[in-house]
Amino acid sequence: MKVQQISVFLENKSGRLAELTDVLGKAGINIRALSIADTSDFGILRLIVNKPEDAFRILKEDGFSVSITDVIAVEVQDEPGGLAKVLGILQSAGINIEYLYAFLEKSSNDALVVFRVEQIDEAVDLLAKHNVNVVKGSDVYKL
Amino acid sequence: MMYNPQYEAMPREQLRQLQLERLQKTVRRVYDNVPFYRKKLQEKGIEPGDVKTLDDLKLLPFTVKQDLRDNYPFGLFAEPMSEVVRVHASSGTTGKPTVVGYTQNDINTWSELIARCVAMAGGSKGDVVQVAYGYGLFTGGLGLHYGAERLGATVIPISGGNTKRQLMLMEDFGTTILCCTPSYALFLAEEAGDFGVDLVNGKLKAGIFGAEPWSEKMRDELEKSLGIKAYNIYGLSEIMGPGVSMECECQCGMHVMEDYFIPEVIDPQTGETLPYGSKGEIVFTTITKEAFPLLRYRTRDISVLTEEKCECGRTFVRMDRVMGRTDDMLIIRGVNVFPSQIESVLLNFGETEPHYLLVVDRQGTLDTLEVLVEVSEKMFSDEVRKLEELEKKLGHEIASILGISARIKLVEPRTIPRSEGKAKRVIDKREL
Repeated sequence: MKVQQISVFLENKSGRLAELTDVLGKAGINIRALSIADTSDFGILRLIVNKPEDAFRILKEDGFSVSITDVIAVEVQDEPGGLAKVLGILQSAGINIEYLYAFLEKSSNDALVVFRVEQIDEAVDLLAKHNVNVVKGSDVYKL
Repeated sequence: MMYNPQYEAMPREQLRQLQLERLQKTVRRVYDNVPFYRKKLQEKGIEPGDVKTLDDLKLLPFTVKQDLRDNYPFGLFAEPMSEVVRVHASSGTTGKPTVVGYTQNDINTWSELIARCVAMAGGSKGDVVQVAYGYGLFTGGLGLHYGAERLGATVIPISGGNTKRQLMLMEDFGTTILCCTPSYALFLAEEAGDFGVDLVNGKLKAGIFGAEPWSEKMRDELEKSLGIKAYNIYGLSEIMGPGVSMECECQCGMHVMEDYFIPEVIDPQTGETLPYGSKGEIVFTTITKEAFPLLRYRTRDISVLTEEKCECGRTFVRMDRVMGRTDDMLIIRGVNVFPSQIESVLLNFGETEPHYLLVVDRQGTLDTLEVLVEVSEKMFSDEVRKLEELEKKLGHEIASILGISARIKLVEPRTIPRSEGKAKRVIDKREL
């Protein structure tokens, strides 16, 4: 159920994001979702791509500090309170969310949200129990 | 004003004779009391009796900083610890400091030297001397302190920092002579306006500035903004501390206290002695020190010595401002910093091949140190929080090793320029 997310260290200087996306574009890597966490000095770019292992290798070869992190992609009802419901489930079980961000594309009528939690397996089971759909990695890459 | 004209203006022939006698005694002492020197001298086939003229100084072995480290902490002391009344230490390049020791006679000598220095800056009994050098293991504070007392001046042992209090006491106590790093003096001048303290028209008349390189341009600025005469003082803890050389009222080079130290200039590559007037590495031999005598200590400081007569009447040779270093040592806010110290911290963090760059700058009047560290795969974390923790930890470790704070900036791999396979470790943007 896990999705492999690519995380890249980026300095806050102009052109870096452009260079990185260029490298991926030339290698035929398609970006499905992304988010940037930043401080005044640096940022961490998080990407969901169609071919995570290729992307990891290519970025590494190009000299980026890059890692693969397991996350989960959760279908969230695209209506008021949809996200709150999922968060409530995780919260009640004491599962701490490190960060989350949304997909632009949808897998169905529902919105797709990427969650990074420490206890991934626990979270997947818990969400399944509450009839919340966690999308498989292979399906996410194909979106 | 000369504190001790008998020595400071001694005819050079007579001075040389004094130096020779003292040198001979020193060589005898280290041969008898310091195994390190006995071995070194024996390796060169030298017996103490072989030193017959001052020219024979050339025969003696050099001492380098590594020798001090190898004999940490007290291995080079020529007196039993029961005779040592004080130690000072400077931060080392790999964690262990460089330790120096003083007998009571050594402390008395040092006080004499500083009394001469304060007198050179126009000080005498009745002056109020504010010592804003750091007190503690660093030699700056206590060195100036005892010498100014010896002269009979009133000493304010305020140590470094706390600018507001510095200015308040300067005004309230009527400080006439300020002792600190030149960059801190400029900072005080700037801050004075904000605190409504008029230094230019106040009682302050002279500054004794050292512990870091500065320039004639800074001298002009200091003299104008503080309304004083600004004097350059030189020293290093290995030799004594501040007071090894000092400018007189002519402000044309620093007189080396030659009755206590013999200066030489050498070619740093070959070790060959160079004549007066040549630019090279300054080497000192201490000729009266009891606890910690050093033969031909290589300072790594680059300068020029001149024997030309000075208008002040002192006969001691003069040394130019330090023009550079033969190693990669930096002086930041008066603190000696070696890039390898940063490396040792990163190695402790488990980095096998750390890539880093020190960026030294001056914002306003104060030095800043920024350390750029390439984020290796091992350091990298997907979470901002963890990277920020890493920055904080690195900053803390570096500050505790260097003794000054540094701003840590994580940068991408392979972004620190490498030249010929070897990384450039320092960018110094300061313009003095």
